[in-house]
Amino acid sequence: MSEAPAPRSALVALFIRELQIGRRIGGGASLGVVFFLILVTLTPFAVGPDLVLLARIAPAILWIAGLLATLLGLDRLFQADHEDGSLDLLLMSRAPIELIVLVKCFAHWLLTGLPLVLAAPFFGLMLALPANQIASVALSLLAGTPALTLIGAIGAALTVSLRRGGLLLAVLILPLCVPVLIFGVAAASGPSDSAAPFLILCALTLFALVGAPIAAGAALRRMGE
Amino acid sequence: MQLSVSGLSVERGGRIVFSALSFTLQAGESLVVTGRNGAGKSSLLRALAGLLPSAEGAISYAPASDEPLYEMTHYVGHADALKSALTARENLAFFAAALGAGRGGCSPETALDAFGLGRVAALPCAYLSAGQKRRVSLAKLLVAKRPLWLLDEPTTALDAASQETMTKVMQAHLNEGGMIVAATHASLDLAARELRLGAAA
Repeated sequence: MSEAPAPRSALVALFIRELQIGRRIGGGASLGVVFFLILVTLTPFAVGPDLVLLARIAPAILWIAGLLATLLGLDRLFQADHEDGSLDLLLMSRAPIELIVLVKCFAHWLLTGLPLVLAAPFFGLMLALPANQIASVALSLLAGTPALTLIGAIGAALTVSLRRGGLLLAVLILPLCVPVLIFGVAAASGPSDSAAPFLILCALTLFALVGAPIAAGAALRRMGE
Repeated sequence: MQLSVSGLSVERGGRIVFSALSFTLQAGESLVVTGRNGAGKSSLLRALAGLLPSAEGAISYAPASDEPLYEMTHYVGHADALKSALTARENLAFFAAALGAGRGGCSPETALDAFGLGRVAALPCAYLSAGQKRRVSLAKLLVAKRPLWLLDEPTTALDAASQETMTKVMQAHLNEGGMIVAATHASLDLAARELRLGAAA
């Protein structure tokens, strides 16, 4: 164990810890999917049983539901660590805080974002999503939800010490998610011969992958003041 | 190894908590920080840990080290930093990897045994008593070797036997050339100098 370079093994240990906690506390992943299901189920009741209309707006509904379901558990991303004091410990660990943020986001996405991606094709059927779009919706969610988690992490870091930070998190983060939403829906519903929206979506995720850990890390460092 | 603090001021929420604080600590020495509530004991420890930026002054080690302050120190704060869903052993294994990988320290099992927690090692921390949680939290001092220990009320919730264990552990750390800064209202049974933080606002 002592052979591995120190920061890496700290990050591996953090990743394992996050998955263990997520698995044991339970409810996290399945709850997000259930919330996703409820949002998708409510839409036909609101819009009416017009299959043509539903099929047309299905990618948008799946994306908005995915966005809201992703936000669901994000407020606890750093707050739980802040409350029990382990955030101090993470700040004092041998790994840089930016990488710690990245590892926590990755574990969080595996537990909440990935189940949404896997569930989306089935929920698409409930919205009469055309068969040829099912794959593109799932693919766009796979490429886009990591960006949502990462952008959300900035909000989670900024609201870490607020008792009721969840709502503020949503208010802060949802406007920043607009580009992801626009290109996500475009990639999911656009003509399959144009790859541009999907590539821009991937670019947004890569941008968030670099920028969000730096922003969230800076917010967490200043938290003690 | 020497820790020197010169002219340190710490500000919280726009209020100076304490100012122009200077002291030095040699290897093997311990310092007990006393003072009434609000005098800035915890703020001093957090500043020494690098968790709270200092408004003025400097904290330095001699010989100079490349490592930032927070990698030189163990910080035991009011919160135990334990995850209630994980067992005591898993919590400690994480501390060992996060805080000390590659620089010695004993195994989580040995550390738990040192604090008499061998029997509860496999229990999730949610089921431990306050004193047991405190002991698990203190056991992290042993799984990673760091020269400066910053202890904020370390003996809270500990029974007499555990306090004695803690005294032994601290004495052993000092004998190895470590340093301890502890903020406490209780006496620690150590040959420690006392730093009294005054004038609370």
